[in-house]
Amino acid sequence: MENTSSVKRSSNRSDILEHTLHGITETLEQALFAEEISARKGLFQSLDARVKVISVLALLIGVALSHSLLVLLAIYFLALLFAWTSAIPAGLLIKRVWLALPFFTGLIALPALFITPGPAFLHLPLLGLVITQTGLTTAAFLLLRVSTSASLTLLLILTTPWNTVLSALGVLRVPDVFILILGMTYRYIYLLLHTANDMFLSRKSRMVGRMDTSENQKMLAAISATLLDKSLNLSSEVYLAMQSRGYRGAVVTLKPFRMQPQDWLWLFIFLGITTLAIILGR
Amino acid sequence: MFLKSRPIRFLFVYYAALLVWLSTTAMHIPDGYLSPLTCLIMFLIVLPFWVIGIRKIRETMNARSVPLIALLSAFSFVIMMFNFPIPGGTTAHAIGATIAAIILGPEAATIVVSIALIIQAFFFGDGGITALGANSFNMAVTVSYISYAIYQAFSKGQPLTSPRRLIGAALGGWTGVTAAAFFAGVEFGIQPLLFKSANGTPLYAPYPLPVSIPAMVIPHAILASVAEGLLAALVVAYLQRSNIAVLQAAEKPALLNEAGVLRKLRVPLIILAALIVATPLGLLAPGTAWGEWGTEQLASQGLSFIPAGLEKLSGLWGAPLAGYNLHALGNASLGYLLSAVLGIVVVTIVVWLFTMLITAGSKTRERKNS
Repeated sequence: MENTSSVKRSSNRSDILEHTLHGITETLEQALFAEEISARKGLFQSLDARVKVISVLALLIGVALSHSLLVLLAIYFLALLFAWTSAIPAGLLIKRVWLALPFFTGLIALPALFITPGPAFLHLPLLGLVITQTGLTTAAFLLLRVSTSASLTLLLILTTPWNTVLSALGVLRVPDVFILILGMTYRYIYLLLHTANDMFLSRKSRMVGRMDTSENQKMLAAISATLLDKSLNLSSEVYLAMQSRGYRGAVVTLKPFRMQPQDWLWLFIFLGITTLAIILGR
Repeated sequence: MFLKSRPIRFLFVYYAALLVWLSTTAMHIPDGYLSPLTCLIMFLIVLPFWVIGIRKIRETMNARSVPLIALLSAFSFVIMMFNFPIPGGTTAHAIGATIAAIILGPEAATIVVSIALIIQAFFFGDGGITALGANSFNMAVTVSYISYAIYQAFSKGQPLTSPRRLIGAALGGWTGVTAAAFFAGVEFGIQPLLFKSANGTPLYAPYPLPVSIPAMVIPHAILASVAEGLLAALVVAYLQRSNIAVLQAAEKPALLNEAGVLRKLRVPLIILAALIVATPLGLLAPGTAWGEWGTEQLASQGLSFIPAGLEKLSGLWGAPLAGYNLHALGNASLGYLLSAVLGIVVVTIVVWLFTMLITAGSKTRERKNS
């Protein structure tokens, strides 16, 4: 969500370069940081990736189905508890979830306080507006559901190396070719991000004055088109490389997972929590 | 209540639009905005488009397709991070689906953008995991097919360097993203209609269609859609100037056979158009969906004379799923769920039939060509 909190006013037009550069660097940094956390010792790190993927998906569905604010709140605190036992810095999950997501969701939920029809809860004296009870509940549902889902997803992302998440998706009957493509895409995102970063930097280092909007647009289009051309060329090079290593269109993946007793235990615990959440939240 | 007065209502619609404008121009729907049922239905709607895309890729590119799709998905991901400046001093994010559709065709572009969205959801927490079906439908399917149809309409029979192609790319990108925003607005807007608690509290996205559609469409039409259209046109212009080979490759008969691209895309485009037209007609109307009035409601709508034939027929049709509740089961919510599942099954069968028709059509044409 951070890198798409999109509209940024730029008093100085050359900021556009910097915004994009900043966004790219931040994405690279975040990925590095996630990798670092996933290497730490903690509860979630010790679990089989398949257990984590299935549990987080189940909990997400539980959160989506729940019609009770209390249940949502309970799952949210559970997510925080898991983060704490998984060596994720206390502030990080809260900060990333509550600064980015609900800022955006909060703005969207705000008018719902007033315009949802229902019995009055609070009269705002100066504005002449009425907060309705239903409006308050609606806004709470939206905020809690969004932040709980985001926390659960972050828990998975931060504690699991991306390649094991991919292999774990194979358990969910995602076809191997698709997993291969996802893995390659992920790998080449970093290459292309670095390439784009280099192009932006080299452009910036040769700039003296400011560029106006149309020059900026042309530069971005040129960078995009060059990147497109590079990706197309690279794809045929990668294909040749794959072919020379014996690729004939069939995908073979290594599945290094072995379920430990504690994996089974936690799988049942998570599925139990989900079932409980769905039953209690009806 | 104060809401009864029109100016205040207008003010709130405006305010909601303004807020969404300020906070979102990339329309990644997070988890928690859509009900599970909506998410499921969106997955089912997008599924045939994924099947068509994968078939198309297998047909035209076979083993090469894996690295090509991977690289272009990565490209699409990176493009979504660019802050594209638009007239007026602000920036917005393009999706890049228009460029992908121009280069690869809409079927493969759908797959490419969907993969970028899946990676954003699973590895960067951007856009919801349960909302992936909805996000893929809005941003991958809608933008790819609509922008491609418009681009083709403008560049049919035109030389590769024709300026008409630029207009086609710009208009295509703009229309595609605006339509995608419309769909997102519809998906948000049906939530408070269909999913509320016993006392009427909306459980998911809270705004009804008259608020959610303008709130999504207006800001996108002036920001993200403009970014998408401009970027697509400028990239095509750049390719025309300095790398015409890429555009040329996109015109290869292997990717687009000469039988007429628009004719080939007719069915998916008709489905999209039907969805655009049908959703507000059915859902903007208060109470019962438009055209689905029971005989009592017809009377209350000022139709004093009920056609005898309709009266006779109403008993016939009302029986199995009256008001979407299977009374025989004695449980309203279970009945509602069953009706929903039945509805989904019917929709899926219809969509699958369409898919079969498309693939059957393209196969006979291929045979004719060869």
